[in-house]
Amino acid sequence: MAKQRLKETQVKHVALLANLKLNRREINKFRQQLSEILNYVDILNKLDTKGVEPTSQVTGLENVFRDDRTTPSLSQKETLSGTKKKTNNFFKVKAIFE
Amino acid sequence: MIKLNQLTVKEAQEGLKKKKFSSLELTKTCLKQIIKHDKKINAYISVCEKEALQQAEETDRKLSHNPQLITNHPLLGIPIAIKDIFCTKGVKTTAASKVLKDYHPVYDATAVRRLKEAGAVVLGKTNLDAWAHGSSGENSDFGATKNPWDLRFVPGGSSSGSAAAVSAKMALAATGTDTGGSIRLPASFCNLVGLKPTYGRVSRYGVIAMASSLDSIGHFAQDVTDSALILKVTAGKDYQDATTPAVKVPDYTRNLKKGIKNLKIGIPKEYIRQGIDKEVKNKVAEAVKKLEKLGAEIIEISLPHTQYALAVYYIIQPAEVSSNLARYDGIRYGFPRNKFTDEAKRRIMLGTFTLSSGYYEAYYLKAMQVRTLIKKDFEKAFRKVKVIVAPVSPTPPFKIGEKIDDPLKMYLSDVFTVTANLAGIPGLSIPAGFIDKLPVGIQIIGPQFSEELLFQVGYAYEQATDWQKKKPSL
Repeated sequence: MAKQRLKETQVKHVALLANLKLNRREINKFRQQLSEILNYVDILNKLDTKGVEPTSQVTGLENVFRDDRTTPSLSQKETLSGTKKKTNNFFKVKAIFE
Repeated sequence: MIKLNQLTVKEAQEGLKKKKFSSLELTKTCLKQIIKHDKKINAYISVCEKEALQQAEETDRKLSHNPQLITNHPLLGIPIAIKDIFCTKGVKTTAASKVLKDYHPVYDATAVRRLKEAGAVVLGKTNLDAWAHGSSGENSDFGATKNPWDLRFVPGGSSSGSAAAVSAKMALAATGTDTGGSIRLPASFCNLVGLKPTYGRVSRYGVIAMASSLDSIGHFAQDVTDSALILKVTAGKDYQDATTPAVKVPDYTRNLKKGIKNLKIGIPKEYIRQGIDKEVKNKVAEAVKKLEKLGAEIIEISLPHTQYALAVYYIIQPAEVSSNLARYDGIRYGFPRNKFTDEAKRRIMLGTFTLSSGYYEAYYLKAMQVRTLIKKDFEKAFRKVKVIVAPVSPTPPFKIGEKIDDPLKMYLSDVFTVTANLAGIPGLSIPAGFIDKLPVGIQIIGPQFSEELLFQVGYAYEQATDWQKKKPSL
Protein backbone atom coordinates (compact mmCIF):
# COMPACT_ATOMS: atom_id res chain seq x y z
CA MET A 1 0.00 0.00 0.00
CA ALA A 2 1.73 3.17 -1.22
CA LYS A 3 2.31 5.97 1.24
CA GLN A 4 -0.64 8.32 0.85
CA ARG A 5 1.34 11.26 -0.43
CA LEU A 6 -1.75 13.26 -1.26
CA LYS A 7 -4.32 14.46 1.25
CA GLU A 8 -8.02 14.42 0.40
CA THR A 9 -8.12 18.22 0.59
CA GLN A 10 -5.36 18.42 -2.00
CA VAL A 11 -7.24 16.11 -4.37
CA LYS A 12 -10.37 18.25 -4.01
CA HIS A 13 -8.35 21.42 -4.61
CA VAL A 14 -6.77 19.99 -7.76
CA ALA A 15 -10.19 18.89 -9.02
CA LEU A 16 -11.43 22.45 -8.55
CA LEU A 17 -8.44 23.87 -10.47
CA ALA A 18 -9.01 21.32 -13.23
CA ASN A 19 -12.73 22.07 -13.45
CA LEU A 20 -13.59 18.43 -12.82
CA LYS A 21 -16.47 17.35 -10.62
CA LEU A 22 -15.40 14.18 -8.81
CA ASN A 23 -17.59 11.94 -6.68
CA ARG A 24 -16.50 10.37 -3.37
CA ARG A 25 -15.39 7.12 -5.03
CA GLU A 26 -13.30 8.99 -7.60
CA ILE A 27 -11.66 11.19 -4.98
CA ASN A 28 -10.53 8.13 -3.06
CA LYS A 29 -9.43 6.25 -6.16
CA PHE A 30 -7.45 9.17 -7.59
CA ARG A 31 -5.96 9.93 -4.19
CA GLN A 32 -4.47 6.45 -4.12
CA GLN A 33 -3.45 6.22 -7.78
CA LEU A 34 -1.95 9.69 -7.93
CA SER A 35 -0.05 9.02 -4.71
CA GLU A 36 1.45 5.89 -6.30
CA ILE A 37 2.47 7.76 -9.42
CA LEU A 38 3.98 10.61 -7.41
CA ASN A 39 5.93 8.05 -5.37
CA TYR A 40 7.28 6.61 -8.60
CA VAL A 41 8.39 9.94 -10.07
CA ASP A 42 10.21 10.74 -6.84
CA ILE A 43 13.18 8.95 -8.41
CA LEU A 44 14.09 12.27 -10.04
CA ASN A 45 15.16 13.64 -6.69
CA LYS A 46 18.15 11.31 -6.83
CA LEU A 47 19.58 13.51 -9.57
CA ASP A 48 21.51 16.71 -9.02
CA THR A 49 20.19 19.12 -11.63
CA LYS A 50 21.79 22.30 -10.30
CA GLY A 51 22.57 24.62 -13.19
CA VAL A 52 20.90 22.42 -15.81
CA GLU A 53 18.84 24.38 -18.32
CA PRO A 54 15.23 23.13 -18.57
CA THR A 55 14.13 21.88 -22.01
CA SER A 56 10.67 23.13 -22.86
CA GLN A 57 10.93 22.52 -26.60
CA VAL A 58 13.26 20.59 -28.86
CA THR A 59 13.14 22.48 -32.17
CA GLY A 60 15.34 25.36 -31.13
CA LEU A 61 13.03 27.67 -33.05
CA GLU A 62 12.36 31.15 -31.69
CA ASN A 63 10.11 34.02 -32.71
CA VAL A 64 8.38 32.25 -35.59
CA PHE A 65 6.41 35.00 -37.30
CA ARG A 66 4.22 35.19 -40.33
CA ASP A 67 3.46 38.11 -42.62
CA ASP A 68 0.98 40.57 -41.16
CA ARG A 69 -1.61 39.85 -43.81
CA THR A 70 -5.26 38.95 -43.33
CA THR A 71 -6.31 35.67 -44.89
CA PRO A 72 -9.69 33.92 -45.00
CA SER A 73 -10.66 32.24 -41.74
CA LEU A 74 -13.66 30.27 -40.53
CA SER A 75 -17.05 31.79 -41.22
CA GLN A 76 -19.36 32.67 -38.35
CA LYS A 77 -21.65 29.84 -39.39
CA GLU A 78 -18.82 27.29 -39.34
CA THR A 79 -17.57 28.55 -36.00
CA LEU A 80 -20.99 28.23 -34.39
CA SER A 81 -21.74 24.88 -36.01
CA GLY A 82 -20.50 22.81 -33.08
CA THR A 83 -23.21 23.62 -30.58
CA LYS A 84 -26.97 24.09 -30.23
CA LYS A 85 -26.46 26.63 -27.43
CA LYS A 86 -26.28 29.81 -29.47
CA THR A 87 -28.35 32.91 -30.14
CA ASN A 88 -27.94 35.85 -32.53
CA ASN A 89 -24.55 34.50 -33.71
CA PHE A 90 -23.25 34.36 -30.15
CA PHE A 91 -22.33 31.35 -28.04
CA LYS A 92 -24.61 31.02 -25.02
CA VAL A 93 -22.83 30.48 -21.69
CA LYS A 94 -23.89 30.24 -18.07
CA ALA A 95 -24.20 33.59 -16.31
CA ILE A 96 -21.10 34.68 -14.44
CA PHE A 97 -22.44 37.86 -12.90
CA GLU A 98 -25.75 38.03 -11.08
CA MET B 1 -4.54 -14.82 -56.55
CA ILE B 2 -3.59 -11.98 -54.28
CA LYS B 3 -6.53 -9.94 -53.07
CA LEU B 4 -6.33 -6.23 -53.84
CA ASN B 5 -6.47 -5.19 -50.17
CA GLN B 6 -3.33 -7.25 -49.54
CA LEU B 7 -1.21 -5.10 -51.84
CA THR B 8 1.30 -2.62 -50.53
CA VAL B 9 0.85 1.04 -51.48
CA LYS B 10 3.69 0.75 -54.01
CA GLU B 11 2.20 -2.38 -55.59
CA ALA B 12 -1.24 -0.73 -55.72
CA GLN B 13 0.31 2.37 -57.35
CA GLU B 14 1.84 0.24 -60.10
CA GLY B 15 -1.35 -1.76 -60.58
CA LEU B 16 -3.39 1.42 -60.96
CA LYS B 17 -0.85 2.93 -63.37
CA LYS B 18 -0.91 -0.22 -65.51
CA LYS B 19 -4.71 -0.33 -65.32
CA LYS B 20 -4.62 -3.83 -63.82
CA PHE B 21 -7.49 -2.75 -61.56
CA SER B 22 -9.33 0.42 -60.62
CA SER B 23 -9.30 2.46 -57.45
CA LEU B 24 -12.98 1.54 -57.08
CA GLU B 25 -12.14 -2.18 -57.07
CA LEU B 26 -9.28 -1.57 -54.62
CA THR B 27 -11.48 0.52 -52.30
CA LYS B 28 -14.37 -1.96 -52.50
CA THR B 29 -12.04 -4.80 -51.47
CA CYS B 30 -10.95 -2.86 -48.38
CA LEU B 31 -14.55 -2.01 -47.49
CA LYS B 32 -15.53 -5.69 -47.91
CA GLN B 33 -12.71 -6.65 -45.53
CA ILE B 34 -13.98 -4.11 -43.00
CA ILE B 35 -17.53 -5.47 -43.19
CA LYS B 36 -16.25 -9.03 -42.84
CA HIS B 37 -13.84 -8.58 -39.92
CA ASP B 38 -14.19 -5.28 -38.12
CA LYS B 39 -17.04 -6.39 -35.84
CA LYS B 40 -14.63 -8.64 -34.00
CA ILE B 41 -11.56 -6.36 -34.27
CA ASN B 42 -13.19 -2.92 -33.70
CA ALA B 43 -10.48 -1.00 -35.54
CA TYR B 44 -12.85 1.63 -36.96
CA ILE B 45 -15.01 4.20 -35.17
CA SER B 46 -16.42 5.63 -38.43
CA VAL B 47 -16.38 4.09 -41.89
CA CYS B 48 -16.91 6.59 -44.72
CA GLU B 49 -18.26 4.08 -47.23
CA LYS B 50 -20.21 6.51 -49.42
CA GLU B 51 -17.49 9.15 -49.53
CA ALA B 52 -14.74 6.60 -50.14
CA LEU B 53 -16.57 5.02 -53.10
CA GLN B 54 -17.25 8.49 -54.49
CA GLN B 55 -13.59 9.51 -54.16
CA ALA B 56 -12.49 6.24 -55.76
CA GLU B 57 -14.85 6.68 -58.72
CA GLU B 58 -13.67 10.26 -59.21
CA THR B 59 -10.07 9.07 -59.09
CA ASP B 60 -10.72 6.46 -61.76
CA ARG B 61 -12.33 9.13 -63.98
CA LYS B 62 -9.34 11.45 -63.55
CA LEU B 63 -6.89 8.60 -64.19
CA SER B 64 -8.62 7.48 -67.38
CA HIS B 65 -8.20 11.01 -68.77
CA ASN B 66 -4.68 11.48 -67.50
CA PRO B 67 -2.73 8.42 -66.31
CA GLN B 68 0.32 10.64 -65.62
CA LEU B 69 -1.52 12.20 -62.69
CA ILE B 70 0.06 9.67 -60.34
CA THR B 71 3.46 11.34 -60.71
CA ASN B 72 2.32 14.41 -58.78
CA HIS B 73 -0.27 12.61 -56.70
CA PRO B 74 1.61 9.61 -55.31
CA LEU B 75 -1.33 8.30 -53.28
CA LEU B 76 -3.90 8.66 -56.03
CA GLY B 77 -6.65 6.13 -55.47
CA ILE B 78 -4.97 4.49 -52.48
CA PRO B 79 -7.37 3.65 -49.62
CA ILE B 80 -6.05 4.69 -46.22
CA ALA B 81 -7.41 5.08 -42.70
CA ILE B 82 -7.07 8.09 -40.40
CA LYS B 83 -6.64 7.86 -36.62
CA ASP B 84 -9.69 9.53 -35.10
CA ILE B 85 -7.56 12.20 -33.47
CA PHE B 86 -6.96 13.96 -36.80
CA CYS B 87 -9.62 16.53 -37.73
CA THR B 88 -11.37 15.58 -40.95
CA LYS B 89 -13.66 18.24 -42.39
CA GLY B 90 -17.31 17.25 -42.14
CA VAL B 91 -16.42 13.78 -40.87
CA LYS B 92 -17.07 12.96 -37.22
CA THR B 93 -13.88 13.20 -35.14
CA THR B 94 -14.11 11.89 -31.60
CA ALA B 95 -10.61 11.27 -30.21
CA ALA B 96 -12.42 8.08 -29.05
CA SER B 97 -14.01 10.11 -26.25
CA LYS B 98 -17.65 10.61 -25.29
CA VAL B 99 -16.81 14.32 -24.93
CA LEU B 100 -16.48 14.59 -28.73
CA LYS B 101 -19.06 11.95 -29.60
CA ASP B 102 -20.81 14.25 -32.10
CA TYR B 103 -18.01 16.60 -33.07
CA HIS B 104 -17.72 17.40 -36.76
CA PRO B 105 -14.65 19.52 -37.51
CA VAL B 106 -14.99 22.36 -40.00
CA TYR B 107 -11.47 21.89 -41.28
CA ASP B 108 -8.94 19.19 -42.17
CA ALA B 109 -5.70 18.63 -40.29
CA THR B 110 -2.72 19.62 -42.47
CA ALA B 111 -1.53 16.02 -42.62
CA VAL B 112 -4.99 14.93 -43.79
CA ARG B 113 -5.14 17.72 -46.35
CA ARG B 114 -1.74 16.74 -47.76
CA LEU B 115 -2.74 13.07 -47.98
CA LYS B 116 -5.99 14.01 -49.74
CA GLU B 117 -4.16 16.35 -52.11
CA ALA B 118 -1.87 13.44 -52.93
CA GLY B 119 -5.00 11.57 -53.96
CA ALA B 120 -5.61 9.23 -51.04
CA VAL B 121 -9.07 7.75 -50.52
CA VAL B 122 -10.15 8.02 -46.86
CA LEU B 123 -11.84 4.80 -45.75
CA GLY B 124 -12.68 5.98 -42.26
CA LYS B 125 -11.52 7.01 -38.78
CA THR B 126 -9.79 4.50 -36.60
CA ASN B 127 -10.16 3.69 -32.93
CA LEU B 128 -7.63 4.74 -30.29
CA ASP B 129 -7.16 5.09 -26.56
CA ALA B 130 -9.27 8.15 -25.79
CA TRP B 131 -7.25 11.38 -26.23
CA ALA B 132 -4.27 9.14 -27.11
CA HIS B 133 -3.98 8.26 -23.43
CA GLY B 134 -2.91 4.67 -23.40
CA SER B 135 -0.57 1.93 -24.56
CA SER B 136 -3.02 -0.87 -25.29
CA GLY B 137 -6.16 0.32 -27.10
CA GLU B 138 -8.31 -0.57 -24.09
CA ASN B 139 -9.02 3.03 -23.06
CA SER B 140 -11.37 3.85 -25.91
CA ASP B 141 -14.86 5.07 -24.98
CA PHE B 142 -16.08 3.04 -27.97
CA GLY B 143 -14.75 -0.38 -27.02
CA ALA B 144 -11.30 -1.91 -27.10
CA THR B 145 -9.59 -2.81 -30.37
CA LYS B 146 -8.31 -6.39 -30.65
CA ASN B 147 -5.02 -7.58 -32.08
CA PRO B 148 -5.72 -9.22 -35.48
CA TRP B 149 -2.94 -11.75 -34.79
CA ASP B 150 -4.82 -13.08 -31.74
CA LEU B 151 -8.07 -11.45 -30.68
CA ARG B 152 -7.38 -12.15 -26.99
CA PHE B 153 -4.44 -9.78 -27.09
CA VAL B 154 -4.08 -6.01 -27.30
CA PRO B 155 -2.89 -4.39 -30.52
CA GLY B 156 -0.98 -1.78 -28.52
CA GLY B 157 -1.88 1.89 -28.26
CA SER B 158 -2.75 4.57 -28.47
CA SER B 159 -2.98 4.20 -32.28
CA SER B 160 -4.65 0.82 -31.80
CA GLY B 161 -7.24 1.04 -34.57
CA SER B 162 -4.80 2.26 -37.22
CA ALA B 163 -2.42 -0.60 -36.48
CA ALA B 164 -5.19 -3.20 -36.42
CA ALA B 165 -6.73 -1.85 -39.64
CA VAL B 166 -3.52 -2.05 -41.67
CA SER B 167 -2.48 -5.34 -40.10
CA ALA B 168 -5.87 -6.91 -40.91
CA LYS B 169 -5.69 -5.54 -44.46
CA MET B 170 -8.67 -3.25 -43.90
CA ALA B 171 -6.58 -0.32 -45.24
CA LEU B 172 -3.28 -0.10 -47.14
CA ALA B 173 -1.84 2.40 -44.68
CA ALA B 174 -3.02 4.54 -41.77
CA THR B 175 -2.04 7.67 -39.88
CA GLY B 176 -1.08 7.74 -36.23
CA THR B 177 0.38 9.93 -33.51
CA ASP B 178 3.28 9.12 -31.19
CA THR B 179 3.71 11.07 -27.96
CA GLY B 180 5.35 8.35 -25.85
CA GLY B 181 5.33 5.38 -28.22
CA SER B 182 1.79 5.37 -29.59
CA ILE B 183 2.86 4.46 -33.14
CA ARG B 184 5.92 2.36 -32.42
CA LEU B 185 4.29 0.14 -29.82
CA PRO B 186 1.21 -0.87 -31.86
CA ALA B 187 3.43 -1.29 -34.94
CA SER B 188 5.57 -3.69 -32.92
CA PHE B 189 2.53 -5.61 -31.64
CA CYS B 190 0.90 -5.85 -35.10
CA ASN B 191 3.86 -6.64 -37.36
CA LEU B 192 3.94 -3.29 -39.12
CA VAL B 193 6.38 -0.54 -39.97
CA GLY B 194 5.56 2.38 -37.68
CA LEU B 195 7.27 5.73 -38.04
CA LYS B 196 7.56 8.35 -35.34
CA PRO B 197 9.18 11.23 -37.27
CA THR B 198 11.35 13.96 -35.76
CA TYR B 199 9.27 16.37 -33.69
CA GLY B 200 8.22 19.12 -36.09
CA ARG B 201 8.82 17.06 -39.26
CA VAL B 202 5.07 16.73 -39.82
CA SER B 203 2.58 19.44 -38.95
CA ARG B 204 0.44 19.03 -35.83
CA TYR B 205 -2.16 21.52 -37.09
CA GLY B 206 -5.61 19.98 -36.82
CA VAL B 207 -4.47 17.05 -34.72
CA ILE B 208 -6.19 17.03 -31.34
CA ALA B 209 -3.34 17.93 -29.02
CA MET B 210 -2.13 15.62 -26.31
CA ALA B 211 1.27 16.93 -25.15
CA SER B 212 2.37 19.80 -27.34
CA SER B 213 6.13 19.43 -26.89
CA LEU B 214 6.02 15.65 -27.43
CA ASP B 215 3.31 14.88 -30.06
CA SER B 216 4.73 13.50 -33.32
CA ILE B 217 2.57 12.90 -36.38
CA GLY B 218 3.36 9.66 -38.18
CA HIS B 219 1.91 6.60 -39.85
CA PHE B 220 1.68 2.82 -40.24
CA ALA B 221 2.71 1.00 -43.40
CA GLN B 222 3.19 -2.60 -44.46
CA ASP B 223 6.83 -2.11 -45.37
CA VAL B 224 9.60 0.48 -45.30
CA THR B 225 9.11 1.59 -48.92
CA ASP B 226 5.48 2.48 -48.24
CA SER B 227 6.46 4.31 -45.06
CA ALA B 228 9.03 6.40 -46.92
CA LEU B 229 6.50 7.16 -49.65
CA ILE B 230 3.96 8.47 -47.15
CA LEU B 231 6.42 10.61 -45.19
CA LYS B 232 7.31 12.40 -48.41
CA VAL B 233 3.65 13.47 -48.62
CA THR B 234 3.08 14.57 -45.04
CA ALA B 235 6.45 16.09 -44.10
CA GLY B 236 7.44 19.73 -44.44
CA LYS B 237 7.06 23.17 -42.93
CA ASP B 238 3.50 24.32 -42.32
CA TYR B 239 2.63 27.96 -41.69
CA GLN B 240 -0.16 26.81 -39.43
CA ASP B 241 2.23 24.97 -37.08
CA ALA B 242 4.98 27.23 -35.80
CA THR B 243 6.97 24.25 -34.54
CA THR B 244 7.72 22.89 -38.01
CA PRO B 245 11.27 23.97 -38.98
CA ALA B 246 12.00 24.80 -42.62
CA VAL B 247 14.07 21.64 -43.12
CA LYS B 248 14.04 20.33 -46.69
CA VAL B 249 12.00 17.18 -47.37
CA PRO B 250 14.15 14.74 -49.34
CA ASP B 251 12.77 12.02 -51.58
CA TYR B 252 12.79 9.38 -48.87
CA THR B 253 12.32 6.58 -51.40
CA ARG B 254 15.35 7.41 -53.49
CA ASN B 255 18.27 6.01 -51.46
CA LEU B 256 16.48 3.14 -49.73
CA LYS B 257 18.77 0.47 -51.19
CA LYS B 258 22.00 2.10 -50.00
CA GLY B 259 22.74 -0.68 -47.53
CA ILE B 260 24.36 -0.48 -44.12
CA LYS B 261 27.94 -1.53 -44.77
CA ASN B 262 30.24 -0.04 -42.11
CA LEU B 263 27.34 1.83 -40.54
CA LYS B 264 27.95 2.33 -36.82
CA ILE B 265 24.91 1.10 -34.88
CA GLY B 266 24.70 1.69 -31.14
CA ILE B 267 23.06 -0.71 -28.68
CA PRO B 268 22.20 1.04 -25.39
CA LYS B 269 23.35 -1.19 -22.57
CA GLU B 270 20.73 0.21 -20.18
CA TYR B 271 17.90 -0.93 -22.46
CA ILE B 272 19.05 -4.53 -22.39
CA ARG B 273 19.79 -4.49 -18.67
CA GLN B 274 16.51 -3.03 -17.38
CA GLY B 275 13.39 -5.21 -16.90
CA ILE B 276 12.96 -6.79 -20.33
CA ASP B 277 11.32 -10.11 -21.14
CA LYS B 278 13.94 -12.74 -21.95
CA GLU B 279 12.36 -13.73 -25.28
CA VAL B 280 12.14 -10.09 -26.41
CA LYS B 281 15.78 -9.66 -25.45
CA ASN B 282 16.67 -12.68 -27.61
CA LYS B 283 14.71 -11.37 -30.59
CA VAL B 284 16.54 -8.04 -30.38
CA ALA B 285 19.86 -9.86 -30.15
CA GLU B 286 18.98 -11.91 -33.27
CA ALA B 287 18.06 -8.74 -35.14
CA VAL B 288 21.33 -7.08 -34.14
CA LYS B 289 23.25 -10.13 -35.34
CA LYS B 290 21.46 -9.88 -38.67
CA LEU B 291 22.40 -6.20 -38.96
CA GLU B 292 26.00 -7.12 -38.27
CA LYS B 293 25.85 -9.78 -41.02
CA LEU B 294 24.61 -7.06 -43.37
CA GLY B 295 27.81 -5.14 -42.71
CA ALA B 296 27.03 -2.84 -39.81
CA GLU B 297 29.45 -2.22 -36.97
CA ILE B 298 27.75 -2.84 -33.62
CA ILE B 299 28.94 -0.63 -30.76
CA GLU B 300 27.72 -0.70 -27.17
CA ILE B 301 26.73 2.74 -25.98
CA SER B 302 25.39 4.18 -22.78
CA LEU B 303 22.31 6.33 -22.22
CA PRO B 304 22.94 6.90 -18.51
CA HIS B 305 19.66 8.70 -17.71
CA THR B 306 17.44 5.93 -19.12
CA GLN B 307 16.06 4.96 -15.70
CA TYR B 308 14.65 8.47 -15.19
CA ALA B 309 12.93 8.82 -18.56
CA LEU B 310 9.57 7.35 -17.59
CA ALA B 311 9.32 9.62 -14.52
CA VAL B 312 10.20 12.65 -16.65
CA TYR B 313 7.58 11.64 -19.22
CA TYR B 314 4.84 11.04 -16.67
CA ILE B 315 5.34 14.51 -15.25
CA ILE B 316 5.73 16.50 -18.47
CA GLN B 317 3.08 14.71 -20.52
CA PRO B 318 0.18 14.90 -18.03
CA ALA B 319 1.09 18.54 -17.31
CA GLU B 320 0.79 19.40 -20.99
CA VAL B 321 -2.32 17.20 -21.28
CA SER B 322 -4.02 19.08 -18.43
CA SER B 323 -3.43 22.31 -20.31
CA ASN B 324 -4.54 21.00 -23.69
CA LEU B 325 -7.71 19.39 -22.38
CA ALA B 326 -8.77 22.59 -20.58
CA ARG B 327 -10.40 23.79 -23.81
CA TYR B 328 -13.06 21.03 -23.65
CA ASP B 329 -15.64 23.01 -21.72
CA GLY B 330 -18.67 22.01 -23.76
CA ILE B 331 -19.38 25.61 -24.73
CA ARG B 332 -18.36 25.85 -28.39
CA TYR B 333 -18.51 22.12 -29.17
CA GLY B 334 -18.54 18.78 -27.41
CA PHE B 335 -20.12 17.50 -24.22
CA PRO B 336 -19.25 18.73 -20.72
CA ARG B 337 -16.21 17.62 -18.77
CA ASN B 338 -18.10 15.03 -16.74
CA LYS B 339 -17.99 12.87 -19.89
CA PHE B 340 -14.22 12.42 -19.52
CA THR B 341 -13.47 8.86 -18.49
CA ASP B 342 -10.98 7.63 -15.91
CA GLU B 343 -7.63 7.81 -17.67
CA ALA B 344 -8.25 11.32 -18.98
CA LYS B 345 -9.35 12.51 -15.55
CA ARG B 346 -6.32 10.85 -13.97
CA ARG B 347 -3.88 12.59 -16.29
CA ILE B 348 -5.62 15.95 -16.00
CA MET B 349 -5.46 15.66 -12.21
CA LEU B 350 -1.81 14.62 -12.20
CA GLY B 351 -0.86 17.40 -14.58
CA THR B 352 -2.82 20.07 -12.74
CA PHE B 353 -1.17 19.04 -9.49
CA THR B 354 2.40 19.13 -10.80
CA LEU B 355 1.82 22.53 -12.37
CA SER B 356 0.11 24.05 -9.35
CA SER B 357 1.60 26.71 -7.14
CA GLY B 358 3.99 25.20 -4.62
CA TYR B 359 4.68 22.07 -6.67
CA TYR B 360 5.75 23.42 -10.08
CA GLU B 361 9.49 23.63 -9.21
CA ALA B 362 9.65 20.24 -7.52
CA TYR B 363 7.94 18.40 -10.36
CA TYR B 364 7.55 20.12 -13.73
CA LEU B 365 10.69 22.25 -13.64
CA LYS B 366 12.75 19.34 -12.31
CA ALA B 367 11.40 17.08 -15.07
CA MET B 368 12.29 19.66 -17.71
CA GLN B 369 15.84 19.76 -16.40
CA VAL B 370 16.20 15.97 -16.50
CA ARG B 371 14.75 16.12 -20.02
CA THR B 372 17.83 18.17 -20.97
CA LEU B 373 20.07 15.45 -19.54
CA ILE B 374 18.23 12.77 -21.55
CA LYS B 375 18.50 14.86 -24.71
CA LYS B 376 22.23 15.29 -24.06
CA ASP B 377 22.62 11.49 -23.61
CA PHE B 378 21.44 11.02 -27.21
CA GLU B 379 23.55 13.88 -28.57
CA LYS B 380 26.61 12.30 -27.01
CA ALA B 381 25.69 8.83 -28.30
CA PHE B 382 25.19 10.11 -31.85
CA ARG B 383 28.76 11.41 -31.87
CA LYS B 384 29.86 7.76 -31.53
CA VAL B 385 27.23 6.02 -33.69
CA LYS B 386 24.93 6.93 -36.57
CA VAL B 387 21.79 5.16 -35.32
CA ILE B 388 20.64 3.26 -32.24
CA VAL B 389 18.77 -0.05 -32.28
CA ALA B 390 16.61 -0.95 -29.30
CA PRO B 391 13.58 -2.95 -28.24
CA VAL B 392 10.19 -1.25 -28.55
CA SER B 393 8.31 -3.01 -25.77
CA PRO B 394 9.69 -4.69 -22.65
CA THR B 395 7.22 -7.55 -23.23
CA PRO B 396 5.49 -9.32 -26.11
CA PRO B 397 1.85 -8.27 -26.72
CA PHE B 398 -0.14 -8.73 -23.52
CA LYS B 399 -3.69 -10.04 -23.00
CA ILE B 400 -6.68 -7.72 -22.92
CA GLY B 401 -7.40 -6.89 -19.28
CA GLU B 402 -3.92 -7.82 -18.08
CA LYS B 403 -2.67 -4.32 -17.23
CA ILE B 404 -5.81 -2.15 -17.37
CA ASP B 405 -6.46 -2.08 -13.60
CA ASP B 406 -2.97 -0.91 -12.70
CA PRO B 407 -2.18 2.46 -14.33
CA LEU B 408 1.46 2.40 -13.28
CA LYS B 409 1.94 -1.11 -14.73
CA MET B 410 0.46 0.13 -18.02
CA TYR B 411 2.74 3.19 -18.01
CA LEU B 412 5.77 0.89 -17.77
CA SER B 413 5.00 -0.39 -21.30
CA ASP B 414 6.41 2.91 -22.54
CA VAL B 415 9.82 2.61 -20.92
CA PHE B 416 11.77 2.23 -24.20
CA THR B 417 9.72 4.57 -26.33
CA VAL B 418 9.33 7.78 -24.30
CA THR B 419 12.99 8.76 -24.64
CA ALA B 420 12.69 9.50 -28.37
CA ASN B 421 9.76 11.85 -27.69
CA LEU B 422 11.61 13.61 -24.88
CA ALA B 423 14.64 14.15 -27.10
CA GLY B 424 12.52 15.08 -30.15
CA ILE B 425 14.20 12.47 -32.34
CA PRO B 426 12.73 10.01 -34.85
CA GLY B 427 12.14 6.30 -34.31
CA LEU B 428 11.18 3.60 -36.83
CA SER B 429 9.60 0.41 -35.52
CA ILE B 430 9.97 -2.59 -37.85
CA PRO B 431 8.88 -6.23 -37.59
CA ALA B 432 11.56 -8.48 -36.07
CA GLY B 433 9.84 -11.82 -35.66
CA PHE B 434 7.29 -13.63 -33.54
CA ILE B 435 7.06 -14.92 -29.96
CA ASP B 436 4.34 -17.57 -29.54
CA LYS B 437 2.82 -16.42 -32.85
CA LEU B 438 2.64 -12.79 -31.64
CA PRO B 439 4.63 -10.08 -33.44
CA VAL B 440 7.59 -8.32 -31.89
CA GLY B 441 9.35 -5.32 -33.39
CA ILE B 442 12.58 -3.45 -32.93
CA GLN B 443 13.12 0.27 -33.26
CA ILE B 444 15.78 2.22 -35.10
CA ILE B 445 16.40 5.61 -33.54
CA GLY B 446 18.42 8.43 -35.09
CA PRO B 447 19.27 12.11 -34.64
CA GLN B 448 16.79 14.82 -35.62
CA PHE B 449 15.79 14.69 -39.30
CA SER B 450 17.60 11.40 -39.95
CA GLU B 451 14.51 9.59 -41.28
CA GLU B 452 16.26 8.84 -44.57
CA LEU B 453 18.93 6.88 -42.70
CA LEU B 454 16.36 5.07 -40.54
CA PHE B 455 14.56 3.94 -43.69
CA GLN B 456 17.84 2.66 -45.16
CA VAL B 457 18.56 0.55 -42.09
CA GLY B 458 14.97 -0.70 -41.96
CA TYR B 459 14.98 -1.53 -45.65
CA ALA B 460 18.23 -3.49 -45.45
CA TYR B 461 16.93 -5.54 -42.50
CA GLU B 462 13.52 -6.04 -44.12
CA GLN B 463 14.97 -7.34 -47.37
CA ALA B 464 17.01 -9.88 -45.41
CA THR B 465 14.14 -11.15 -43.26
CA ASP B 466 10.62 -10.92 -44.78
CA TRP B 467 8.71 -10.72 -41.45
CA GLN B 468 6.47 -8.05 -42.96
CA LYS B 469 5.17 -10.51 -45.58
CA LYS B 470 3.41 -12.63 -42.95
CA LYS B 471 -0.35 -12.20 -42.56
CA PRO B 472 -2.65 -12.79 -39.58
CA SER B 473 -5.19 -15.60 -40.06
CA LEU B 474 -8.56 -13.96 -39.54
